[in-house]
Amino acid sequence: MSSHAHTGHAVVVEPSGFLRKYIFSVDHKVIGIQYFLLALTAVCIGIVLSLLMRFHLVYPGAHLPFVSGGIMTPEQYLALLTMHGTIMVFFVLTTAPQGGFGNYFLPIQIGAPDMAFPRLNMLSFWVTFLAFVAILAAFVVPGGAPISGWTGYTPLSGMGEVTGPGEGMGQTMWIISISLFCLASLLGALNFIATTIDLRAPGMTLFRMPLTVWGWFVTAILGLLAFGILLAGGILLLLDRSAGTSFFLPAGLVVNDQLQPHSGGSPLLWQHLFWFFGHPEVYIAILPGMGVASHVLSSFARKPVYGYRAMAMAICAIGFLGFMVWGHHMFLSGMSPYSGFAFSVLTMSIGVPSAIKTFNWIGTLWGGKIQFKSPMLFALGFVSLFVSGGLSGLFLAQPAVDNMLHATYYVVAHFHLVMGVAAIFGIFAATYFWFPKMFGRVMSEPLGKLHFWFTFVGAYCIFMPMHFVGIAGGIRRYADSTGTTYAAALQPLHVFMTYAAFLTGAAQLIFLFNFFWSLKRGAVAGKNPWNATTLEWITDSPPPIDNFGGSYPSVYRGPYEFSVPGYRQDFIGQNLTPEEAALLKAR
Amino acid sequence: MRLSDRNNRSGSAATPALLATFIVIMVVLTVYVFAKNLYSPPATITSVGAAVDHQYFLTLCVTGTVFILSQLGLAYAIWRFRDRGQTVHFTRGNNTLEMIWTTATIILFLGLGLLGRKAWAEVRFTPAETNAVQVEVTTNQFVFNFRYPGPDGKFGKLDPKQVSASTGNPLGLDQNDPAGKDDIVMPTLTVPVDHQVELLIRSQDVIHNFYVRELRLQQDAVPGMIIPIHFTANQTGHYEIVCTQLCGLGHYRMRSFLDVVSEADYQNFLKQQGASQ
Repeated sequence: MSSHAHTGHAVVVEPSGFLRKYIFSVDHKVIGIQYFLLALTAVCIGIVLSLLMRFHLVYPGAHLPFVSGGIMTPEQYLALLTMHGTIMVFFVLTTAPQGGFGNYFLPIQIGAPDMAFPRLNMLSFWVTFLAFVAILAAFVVPGGAPISGWTGYTPLSGMGEVTGPGEGMGQTMWIISISLFCLASLLGALNFIATTIDLRAPGMTLFRMPLTVWGWFVTAILGLLAFGILLAGGILLLLDRSAGTSFFLPAGLVVNDQLQPHSGGSPLLWQHLFWFFGHPEVYIAILPGMGVASHVLSSFARKPVYGYRAMAMAICAIGFLGFMVWGHHMFLSGMSPYSGFAFSVLTMSIGVPSAIKTFNWIGTLWGGKIQFKSPMLFALGFVSLFVSGGLSGLFLAQPAVDNMLHATYYVVAHFHLVMGVAAIFGIFAATYFWFPKMFGRVMSEPLGKLHFWFTFVGAYCIFMPMHFVGIAGGIRRYADSTGTTYAAALQPLHVFMTYAAFLTGAAQLIFLFNFFWSLKRGAVAGKNPWNATTLEWITDSPPPIDNFGGSYPSVYRGPYEFSVPGYRQDFIGQNLTPEEAALLKAR
Repeated sequence: MRLSDRNNRSGSAATPALLATFIVIMVVLTVYVFAKNLYSPPATITSVGAAVDHQYFLTLCVTGTVFILSQLGLAYAIWRFRDRGQTVHFTRGNNTLEMIWTTATIILFLGLGLLGRKAWAEVRFTPAETNAVQVEVTTNQFVFNFRYPGPDGKFGKLDPKQVSASTGNPLGLDQNDPAGKDDIVMPTLTVPVDHQVELLIRSQDVIHNFYVRELRLQQDAVPGMIIPIHFTANQTGHYEIVCTQLCGLGHYRMRSFLDVVSEADYQNFLKQQGASQ
């Protein structure tokens, strides 16, 4: 099972040159940090874009920074929402939890010296980086950024600039970026799967893996099956735009009185391909967060994860069902209504494993001894937000009800809470929790708490009222929604949300400050500052190049042995031999 | 280890108190808004719309209950089990409880999904009645056009090559087809009350959408497809039609109106427009 890691005694030597050590490194820890910093850059851009949009919705005539011409045009608004969605979904929600923390901690948590394919790992990161450069380039190419949304529906995205500004070069850059991202994610997924299967330490059976590893492992499987489909879709779309093919374009298209030279394609085909990727993508973003939440809740409640096996199986069930529900994005698309009903029932059933997870999280807290450290606060926030954001999905999962809520702000509120904010809370929990391991110092606790309060309260202030706007009929993706009387009546809610968004956005500066300040000034962490049980806490902070300093751990028990009765210490590491553990028994 | 033990004890009850309180306030405010119905869609004007509203209400009850119970459970656990130096109640879980809540959610969620079938099936699984008023809806960036077949009851052929909005033929009516001579093309939709209407929805360029809030009916207009939907409005009035599918820079201003009028007014409307076109 883990022959690579344990038979050879090859000495891993840290490269000495700057380039090989920090830039083109094959060390999964350096690559993990690179992914994290990429996501951090992306999230800053994404937040600025969203704040510009929120400002415009409330003060449509105002002069704005970063907006050419000063006053935002409708096409600039649509470009912002397209780029905000794309950057956040791909370069933040996919990149940070999986590429960042997964890369750094999956090998360490299973007791491996590195990923199975270190060079492939480096390649994944640099292709992701290229994809990021390509998406940023869309801002500056002639015509500007695309306006077709992060979903890039054809024919709007398929015919070039006749359909609108940004649909020329900008849309092409978008497709190139997404395709590169898919390629990189495929390589990454392959690596994660191979590593989890082949490089586990002796004794690290599947059901002794931390739930974080379960999250990353299942996410990788989803990635392997989903990104390939979007990659194919991206290539076909590129051909439609540049080589005169008509995969997604039917005959008889007339734009500005001009008949377009296409025939035989189907706009719905793009939607099927996109959402076959797009729905699993939601779980790609949230499953690692679920793993982190379970891990952190258990560590700070000083209790084993309640129903560990049920939790692991629920992750698998969500991953499996996640592939059978893409059609719920297409109830009103012209797809067969019978398919719509089938997709509806399958979607409702995904609420079952989600509910199992929620009950078990609360069960983990029940009877515990909860320590309210920053990572724990964000994990608790994750649970609350996941419940609030997840339940609204039960409305949207029913095609009849979707008739009234589809394409309203209700949908925006739903997916922002559950896959946006909840997933971000998972990332924050992971950051505060693992920062000591990654950088050897603990982040400031008062600043962490301050950051949590602003972000938690702020997120609810932004996204709870957004549901109300949607229920009242406010349509999403409108550059100006003041045109009609019922929409004008919702404007006070928009004003409130905008203020909340600016406050929440500003509070992220606390996080940035805390992050960089703690790198130099944080309290020195030691090996195991949280008294936790999994393998990353038995090695140095930060870990040596080969993770465990030449000696590889063996595993003797499950990952969450907290407060086991009869022991003097309330945590028992996975690596302790039965003899070592016996020494901890109360006499 | 001793040092970090001390570090890990939170001491203050302020954080759990605040967190639990905030969650409770958030739940109370949310429930208040829904209970008072502070934000709701405009009243529906179809029986199917009433069925949709009913299913919405049912879903609100189920999710609302789960929402309140889990958030309050979370808040209670946060406060009750804060670190006060107590002994942890050690458990790895309980299979009976797992089975109970798994079964309960299966019944609750799947039951809800199956119940929701009715409001969907009424519009989508059954074709329109044979005596329904047929109107063709054509969308393009960023307008709606509504075509009535005229006295002959037949829509004339369309030819994409002849589309010319600038010369008054936005749909591309084939000038050589006699069936198209009496077709009426309007920028707004007028239909009779209490009479089934079948819309044939199509698009010329990109994907648009036809949505009338009061009908609780929404349908994408997809180029290359003609998608039929039907409804029976039971109240006269002037309602807004909006596009809800991102269709380009004018998406936000792409709208039209639905006028539901009496049968007599509808016949007058057809006569007048037929004479003037």
